[in-house]
Amino acid sequence: MVGLTKKKERIDQLAASSATAVVDPTDVESSGGSILADAWRRLRVSPVFWIGAVIISVFVLIAIFADVIAPHDPGELLLRSQTRLARNQLAPPQPGFPLGGDQLGRDLFSRLVIGSRQTLLVGVFATLIGFTGGLILGTLAGAFGGKVDTVVMRLVDVLLSIPSLLLAISIAALFANPSQTSVIIAVSVVQIPVFARLLRGQMLAQRESDHVLAARALGVKRAPIVFRHMLPNSLSPVIVQATLVVAISIIDAAALSFLGLGSQSVKVPEWGQMLGEAQQKIDSYPHLAFWPAGCIIVVALGFTLLGESLREALDPKNRR
Amino acid sequence: MPLLEVEDLGVEFRRRGLEPFRAVDGVSFDVDPGQTVGLVGESGCGKSVTSLAIMRLLMPRGNRVTGRVSFDGTDLLRLPIRDMRDRRGRDLAMIFQDPLSSLNPVISIGLQVTEVLQRHRGMKQSAARAEARDLLDQVGIPDPDRRLKEYPHQLSGGMRQRALIAMAVACRPRLLIADEPTTALDVTIQAQILQLLGTLVRENGTALIMITHDLGVVAGLCDEVNVLYGGRIVERANRHELFATPQHPYTHGLLASIPRLDAPAGERLHPVQGSVSDNIPWTSACAFAPRCGNEVDRCRSASPELTAAPLGHGHQLRCFNPVLPDGAGVGATGGSAPVDSAGEAL
Repeated sequence: MVGLTKKKERIDQLAASSATAVVDPTDVESSGGSILADAWRRLRVSPVFWIGAVIISVFVLIAIFADVIAPHDPGELLLRSQTRLARNQLAPPQPGFPLGGDQLGRDLFSRLVIGSRQTLLVGVFATLIGFTGGLILGTLAGAFGGKVDTVVMRLVDVLLSIPSLLLAISIAALFANPSQTSVIIAVSVVQIPVFARLLRGQMLAQRESDHVLAARALGVKRAPIVFRHMLPNSLSPVIVQATLVVAISIIDAAALSFLGLGSQSVKVPEWGQMLGEAQQKIDSYPHLAFWPAGCIIVVALGFTLLGESLREALDPKNRR
Repeated sequence: MPLLEVEDLGVEFRRRGLEPFRAVDGVSFDVDPGQTVGLVGESGCGKSVTSLAIMRLLMPRGNRVTGRVSFDGTDLLRLPIRDMRDRRGRDLAMIFQDPLSSLNPVISIGLQVTEVLQRHRGMKQSAARAEARDLLDQVGIPDPDRRLKEYPHQLSGGMRQRALIAMAVACRPRLLIADEPTTALDVTIQAQILQLLGTLVRENGTALIMITHDLGVVAGLCDEVNVLYGGRIVERANRHELFATPQHPYTHGLLASIPRLDAPAGERLHPVQGSVSDNIPWTSACAFAPRCGNEVDRCRSASPELTAAPLGHGHQLRCFNPVLPDGAGVGATGGSAPVDSAGEAL
């Protein structure tokens, strides 16, 4: 009898302890909050996300503190005395000049560091402009449908039918004085139709959705239906696209600068421009092309990895 | 005077290169204040389209809605869309089938309830908040303050449907349309939701149109029942008569198809043969004829009208050869049994 009650007590204790063990504090935390909290829970364990995030953070920090990090003025011909192009001689790496000098005797490392600013600027602004333009066009088409949709989408089709780099080159060539601004405009205009098409598709799907029907059944007016019920539910793929577009913009901008359609300023270095200048001497000094090209690739890779991991985290199929 | 008079309502879906499809064909019925009217039928019979047409929620492109929907004297179908929008949610509201997909996933329950209150009752944010809290309390959501801040995916299925009901009744509409409100819920929650709807209707004198394929729901809630088949009403009766003396072969088949607990073990189920795809157009025949066990020659050559049924008071029927209780082993007891079982379940 005594043994039986003891055994029962043990079982009760066991049940109590396992019951407390089930309530994991992290579970409680993650169950509260919205879709964003849900996505963050999945992002947190994704190595792809962390690699992308680290690359981008380092790049952004370098761009912000470029003045402090860069040891020299990127425009000054400090190593000119060691540069003899006629004898195929460039300034070698030396104390204070970790990567040596470029073909004019300027510090290559400083130029790379300062150049990160231009790249970040183009990537962010081109994406923002493309995103905003696409948001306006996509919302118009998706919210009104019918004739507005047809007109907007035909315009988008026309823009999409031209290869994007070719279109960017044509737009950049329209400017009499090529500059960083003209690069940003050229690169962003190319992205507008991509955003517009993506958003419009999402909006159309939302328009037919049950919760929009339910909102209409409650007499909610058109503006709140579009901006509170349709748009927020359509944005997540567009945001993912935006991260990827940063990478595309950086590459496109570099391509434009490489072709001489970018900033002509000698004082402000830019990776694509550096690559274009290095091209003439690529046989003799491949490292002049290697460094800016490597930077472009790594930064673009960072944004692509971030975008891909975001896409995965926000994909409703992966939920729960 | 009835609150809602639906007269000769027709909905046509235009199809490219094909004859338009008549999803709803000459449907007429009345709803009195405080009355619960059921629209019953299988998938594709036009019951949801009827409700969407009344609310004018069908997409304008590709559809043609004809007839009259008179709400308190105004024809809703001819109202400017702006006025109709003002009435939706205020005078007439609707509850949908799937509570999860009917809620906006990215905004909180509180915001969705207050949105309606601010829209129709011109309430300030704080007043709407307090009212939303009371509404959630009224529909039986425990801890409403916490739920207001939560998102739809954090609520259980039953609570989501309660939240939707709270939004629908927020402005005390005079007519409520419930489109299969319990289909996505399990049986115990179904009973609770139906009870809640019944209470709301009784207390506020709201008229309710109940759309369902579940005869148990009809037995528990509806005063009058319209059975739809192929877009037309084939039988109309009050609840007791419909279950006691179902006379249309389709209604009869529906009732016979309900499995019974007291049936001998191993007995086969009795489905209605065939499917909606077997329908023939109503124009010169009875659409149900291909699936009907009572078919006579006339069923294929003439279209039956909705007329007074041979049995019962105010009972209407669209059939040439109705099922009568004394004929061919079809007993009135067989039909009345589901009333009791379904009634008990509630």
